This record gives sequence, structure tokens and C-alpha cells, in this order.
Amino acid sequence: MNEAVLNDLAEPNKPDHAGPETEDSLNIEYTDTVGQPLCEEAKIRTKEVNVYYADNQAIHNVSLDIGENEVIALIGPSGCGKSTYLRTLNRMNDTIDICRVEGQILLDGEDIYTKKQDPVLLRARVGMVFQKPNPFPKSIYDNVAYGPRIHGLTRNKSELDDLVEESLTKAGLFQEVKDRLDAPGTGLSGGQQQRLCIARTIAVQPEVILMDEPASALDPIATAKIEELINELKENFTIVIVTHSMQQAARVSQRTAYFHMGRLIEVGETDQIFTNPAHELTEKYITGRFG
Amino acid sequence: MWSENTESSMNNTDLVRQSLKKRYLKEQIFKAVGMFSIVAAIVFLIILLADIFTKAMPAFSQTNIELEVTLDAGEIGVGTNPTEQDLMAADFRRVIRNALAKQFPDVKKRKEKRELYSLTSMGAEFQLRDMVIDDPSLLGQNIKVEFMADDDVDAVIKGAIDRTLPESDRRVKDQKLAWIERLEQSGQISKQFNWHFFSSGDSREPEMAGIKGAIKGSFFTLLVTLALSFPVAVAAAIYLEEFAPKNRFIDFIEININNLAAVPSIVFGLLGLAVFINFFSLPRSAPLVGGIVLSLMTLPTIIIASRSAIKAVPPSLREAALGLGASKMQTVFHHVLPAALPGILTGTIIGMAQALGETAPLLMIGMVAFIVDIPQGITDPSTVLPIQVYLWADSPERGFLAKTSAAIMVLLFFLVAMNAIAIYLRKKFEKKW
Repeated sequence: MNEAVLNDLAEPNKPDHAGPETEDSLNIEYTDTVGQPLCEEAKIRTKEVNVYYADNQAIHNVSLDIGENEVIALIGPSGCGKSTYLRTLNRMNDTIDICRVEGQILLDGEDIYTKKQDPVLLRARVGMVFQKPNPFPKSIYDNVAYGPRIHGLTRNKSELDDLVEESLTKAGLFQEVKDRLDAPGTGLSGGQQQRLCIARTIAVQPEVILMDEPASALDPIATAKIEELINELKENFTIVIVTHSMQQAARVSQRTAYFHMGRLIEVGETDQIFTNPAHELTEKYITGRFG
Repeated sequence: MWSENTESSMNNTDLVRQSLKKRYLKEQIFKAVGMFSIVAAIVFLIILLADIFTKAMPAFSQTNIELEVTLDAGEIGVGTNPTEQDLMAADFRRVIRNALAKQFPDVKKRKEKRELYSLTSMGAEFQLRDMVIDDPSLLGQNIKVEFMADDDVDAVIKGAIDRTLPESDRRVKDQKLAWIERLEQSGQISKQFNWHFFSSGDSREPEMAGIKGAIKGSFFTLLVTLALSFPVAVAAAIYLEEFAPKNRFIDFIEININNLAAVPSIVFGLLGLAVFINFFSLPRSAPLVGGIVLSLMTLPTIIIASRSAIKAVPPSLREAALGLGASKMQTVFHHVLPAALPGILTGTIIGMAQALGETAPLLMIGMVAFIVDIPQGITDPSTVLPIQVYLWADSPERGFLAKTSAAIMVLLFFLVAMNAIAIYLRKKFEKKW
């Protein structure tokens, strides 16, 4: 099915070119996804998903299952389509006019791209944490309470207070901010802001949390806290995390999917991917020969 | 190898040093040009303001003549217990004339008498009438009243008419000048702050003309403008930025909005005349029509400002709200609009300030009429501040020169105040991302 040649550049490689290999210098025939893209108890099943930005195809025929209560890491070089794929899972791409999605994406067996499916409801079930911390310019309390308020999840103020406290506690932020819940969320440090965004997301009690490079804008200590948090959250949530850091993928995920130029190259147990990759591209990427 | 390296690096340093000189020179020249421009702008502004200020000063004080009047009921032509209506019709002019005649008993000729009676303003009798209406017990008493002086007397006292000029070159003749000097010597002439200027409407007599009518007219006009243009413009901006599909029709609308902002304002005046007054038969000279016309003019300004304010809201904020499951509408009204509000308000106030200074379209719909009454609502005939300036600047009487400058000062005051509010709001609500 997929016999496209990854490198269709007309220009031949320069033999005297020094330095690390680039994508251009790889001339590997692409086949079907290697490894185990499917799983038994799938929370989300994606079947032959293609995504286009106008005439530009960003995702080619990706079929991948995301298991119940697992942490799956999506890795790959910049521009490989992993963020685009992530954003199809809660229809965030709807906001981009020129974006078009083909294929089937099933959440608990239900297609999320039918007319019947409401994106607002979907996003309440599939929450998202973004690359750059983006708290609302409101108080810490209001940041967390916003989701429950618009969805009407609580019946009264004390229930809402409890939910806010619980969410902040789960996000490991409550101890740090309990005395200043009225302070603006934008006044927190970068790492705290990102944990606030996670608290805000889990306050809606979603089933799946999508994380788009949640620690890329943070320092190592804040990153460690976020990773610790992900390890705790996986008890209750299915987590899909896009990351540029292979160490991070290795630390937090059970399964890892490697994307390359819009194609899903390899999926497997995280340990296996990092110790014994089956595909040549995966190996080159994780050994740092390009990316 | 080593020496070669050092040599080449020396050369490089020299080259950079040479070019540095040139670069710094360019920078110096640019700075000097910039500073010159700013200094020139400030100098022109100071000249303008100083000119207006010095010319306006006489308008803020008013010359009064103190006279002793006998409020005899018979003489003014009312009974012993006059009603307000009786007093309105009573002849207070006679009382003042008698007082003047008593002061200068040597004036006998009719022509001279007429000159003498023109020492006080035409408004003096109304001043006296209002006093008596307020306190009818004054009837039958002898009281001293400070009457408003005529604009010629005012001009002499303020030095606007040079007393040393030969009589033939002077507007105030020798005889009248002598009377004024006699009044001055007896301490009957005084100057006080001209409250009248802020509390009355327009008049043909410079000393009686006030700016309150124009201020209220401007206020009502801007009220109508704001009420119409703000909601429509903000709704249009939100729709165009957040909801509208990206297609040719929307592009066409966008281009037309930008064009509308560049249409000469008098065209809007003609449109107002043709559509609102002639077709819809709305009242002429009214703030209602003025406000509608000005809101047509302000709409594109506010739409453009609001759109750029909405566009400047970071997309991450929209994503955050959408990612939590907020609907498009909730995203816009809970997050985008509050974040864009400072920009929208600034644009609105600047649009309003533009509308406040607009003259041409209002001329077309009859707001240039001479209106003495102070408007009480949006359908009363009225004029606005810039048109009041235009009307007074057009008047031949000397006293209006100062009034014109004073009206400009009032107009400038409101403009500065509005812009200050715009800056304050922007600073207050500005959010850091």
C-alpha cells in the first residue's frame, strides 16, 4: 500500500558532505508500520487517517490504537506530523479552515468525525495540554473552575471548591498555591503554569488527556515534576504525549510510536523501541543521527 | 601560521573600526533628524496653544456695571402682587434706563440717550427680571445691582479698544468713553469670572453668548453615536474575525469597510440629509440625526480597531478554551473579548473624539442653525462645539473673537480628556501574556 519513496529529491547526495546524516541523505523504502500499532483494549482506534492542509498532505495513512489507561509517546523529528495527529484526536484541527481529515477515528468505538458528534462534548472527554503553558488571565481558582462551570459539572459552590482543590492536588500544585487561589494564574512560574493547565484539564474529568510537548518550555526541575505527574495520572487517564525528548518518552510511556514525514514508521513497547528498534529510520532517529 | 592569523585578525579589526565610524555617524544623523522633528512639532503646538489661550482669556471674565435701581411696581407695569407671568411681561428695561439717566443727568438729546442706554447689555433687563422672579420681595426697594456691560464697554475695559486712538478710528466715541471713565472712577465697574459663558446658549450679543447649548448638543450627539456605533461595530468585528468564513464575499466586505473609513465626511452629511431627514422625516438640526450620521462615520474606525484588537489576542488563549470544551461563543465572550476590550475601548474613544471634532456632515443636516435654547433631548434643535466655533468665528462683533478661542479651548479640553481616558483604560486593562 505504501510504497512511496521517502526521498524523492532529484538532487543526488554530495559524497563529500560531512556531518550527521539528514533526512535527505536517507534513501529507505517505506513499508507498512512496523511493530504492534493495534491493541486489544483500545480507547481510541484510528484507521487509515490522512490529514491535509489545503493540498499538502501532513499525515499519510496512519492506523494506530491507543489502549485504555496507557501512556503512549509520539516521537519523531520536527514537522513529522505528530502534533497534527494529536490534534485530530479531539478535533482541534477543526479551528484551522484549510485542514481536512480523512479516515476513521473511533473513541470507545464511536466515530468522532461524524456530523452527529459534537466537538464540544468530545473535547470535554478528550482534554488537551499545550506546548506553551496558556493559563487564562484570571485567578488560579477561576482557571481550574472554568471547565466545570461551563459544563455544569458541579451543583453548588462547595462542590466546585472541592473539585478545584482535588484537581490542583492531583496536579501537585495545591500546596504551592493554596494561600493565593485569587492570584492571577499568569503570575505563576512556567512549571507551575503548566501544572495549572493540567489541573484545569483534569477538572473536567476527561477520559483521555492529549499532551503536546508539555515540558518543552520548562527547565529540568519543572520537567521532572511534570513527568512525575504523568506517572501518577496514568492510573486514571489515558495519556497521549508528544515529545521531542527521547529520555522523556522512555521515562513516562509504556508504548512509543515513531513518526517520520507524516507516516507512522514503528510502534512498540517503549523498552523495545529504545533498545531494539525494528526499523532503520527509528534506529537512526533514536541514536541521534538526524532529527 | 600563528602570525598570519594575528595579522588577518588585526586587519579585520581595523576594517570593522573604519566602518564603525561611518555607522555611528549615520546613527547620529538619524537621531538629530528625529529630535529636530519632535522639537518642531512641539514648537508648533506651543504656538498654537499659546495663541488660542491668550485670545481666549478675555472671554473668561465679564465686565459689570453697578447701578442703583428703584424697583417700583408701577414703573415696571405690574400690580402689587404680580404673578410670574406678569413679571415675565414687565418692563425692566425702563428701570435700568432710569438708573442710567439718574447717573448722567446732563444727557438730554434722544440720540445721546440711546447711546447712554447701550452701556449695559441687552441682557441686563433679563438679569433683573430673573432676580425679581426669584425674590419678589425686592419690588418697591432700592437695590444695587451689577449689570452685565455691553460688549463695547467690555472691550474698552479689557483694552481691546485703544483709548488713545483718535475718535474717528475708534468704535467707541469720546462721549461714551467719558461716561465709561466716570463709571470707572466711581468704582462702579468691576470684572468677574464669566460664569455666564458656561451657563447659557448662543446669542447675537457677544457678552450674552454662552457655550452650554453647544456642549449639551455635542453630548447628546455623541450619546447617540456611541449607542449606535459601539454595539454594531463590536458585533461586526467579532463576526468578521471569529465566525465569518474566509471567502470572497467577506474579503469584499472587508475592503468596503476600509474604504468607508476614507470617505470624506461631508458625503455622510449629504446621505444623512437625503435619507434621514428627507426620506425618514427625522427632525432637522437634531442630535438624533447628527448622531446617526456620525455613527456611520465612526463605524469603520471602531470596526478596524476592534478587529486588530481581537486579532492580537494570542491563539493559545482560544486553544486553551476550546481544548476545555468551551463552545466558540463561550470562547469569544469569556476569553477573547475581555482580552481585546482595552483595544476596543481605545478605538471607540478615539472614534468618539473624531466624531466630537467633526463639523462638515453636521452642517449638511442643519446643525449650523442659530439656536439660542439649550437642548433638553436628542430631538431638540441644537448645535455642537465645532460648529459653535465656526459660527462665532464667522460673526463680525469683536467680542466673538475671544469667544471663538474660548470655545476651541473647551473643545480641546474635551478631546484631551477623552484621549486621556483612552490611555488610562488601555493601561488599566492591559494584560501581559
